[in-house]
Amino acid sequence: MHSDPVAIKKSVRGYLMIGAALLVFTGITVAANRFHFVVPVAITIALVIAATKGSMVASVFMHLNHEKGWIYGALLLTVIFFIVLMFVPLLTTLDHIGTPLNVPGGSVEHTGH
Amino acid sequence: MNIPYTVEERPDTGLANGKLGIWLFLASEVMLFGALFSTYIILRVGAVEWPHGELNITLGAINTVILISSSVTMVMAWASLKMNDWGKHRLYLVLTWVLALVFLINKYFEYSAHLATGEGPWRSTFLAIYFTLTGLHGLHIIGGMVVMGYFLGPGAKMWKQNPEQFTNRIEYTGLYWHFVDLVWIFLFPVLYLL
Repeated sequence: MHSDPVAIKKSVRGYLMIGAALLVFTGITVAANRFHFVVPVAITIALVIAATKGSMVASVFMHLNHEKGWIYGALLLTVIFFIVLMFVPLLTTLDHIGTPLNVPGGSVEHTGH
Repeated sequence: MNIPYTVEERPDTGLANGKLGIWLFLASEVMLFGALFSTYIILRVGAVEWPHGELNITLGAINTVILISSSVTMVMAWASLKMNDWGKHRLYLVLTWVLALVFLINKYFEYSAHLATGEGPWRSTFLAIYFTLTGLHGLHIIGGMVVMGYFLGPGAKMWKQNPEQFTNRIEYTGLYWHFVDLVWIFLFPVLYLL
């Protein structure tokens, strides 16, 4: 992270530009909503724009574009667990508990212990 | 008692303790909101119908603009301290606080419009997850306002005693505030537009 006042003064312009870009992207998100895309396309567009805005906030405002290794390490671990968390809903579709078993050549009875 | 590594960096991590601390806290926050986003996916995928157009997009978009603007003023509050400009720092921090308040006032109008027509969290799955996600986010806004209020009030005197430590504290507050903004950047399209 910058520490000398001259470097900070230079980065102020960058902060303002990123702020303006974020506002433009917000306008694009709302405008895209008026086109009534099919749901998968609408979700993709909205999330791509949100991810772009999020990465701008994280890299510039939160200074992640020049941070120390320990912070990247902690965030890498967080990202891995976050991805696992996002895939948890997939388990609900792979879960067959409660559905009848289809065994060829006979029926299966649950004795219910 | 003198707490070590509040300003100087630890030799092993290369960071002041507060900085690593706030990032670990934010990591736990990612998992908290991640769990709720995951819940949203389960509810939405499992729902036969999902309502569209129930929320006021204009108010949601205005709140997005407000939070983005508050992120800019927050980073400017920290940059002003780095440039030794106390007056500008105060101005930007007050602006951030006021923008946070305007966000909550907007949210109040939005909530009361729903509740007035009986559209509370008990009404539908969509409204339940909407109130949970935005309510938790709103609590984070209030938390940020409390911290900023402290640095505008009694916490401000540290600037005279230890300006570097005060600047670090404002940086950590800013990191939290940008995270709150980042969460809203995802909440807005997910709840209001999709």
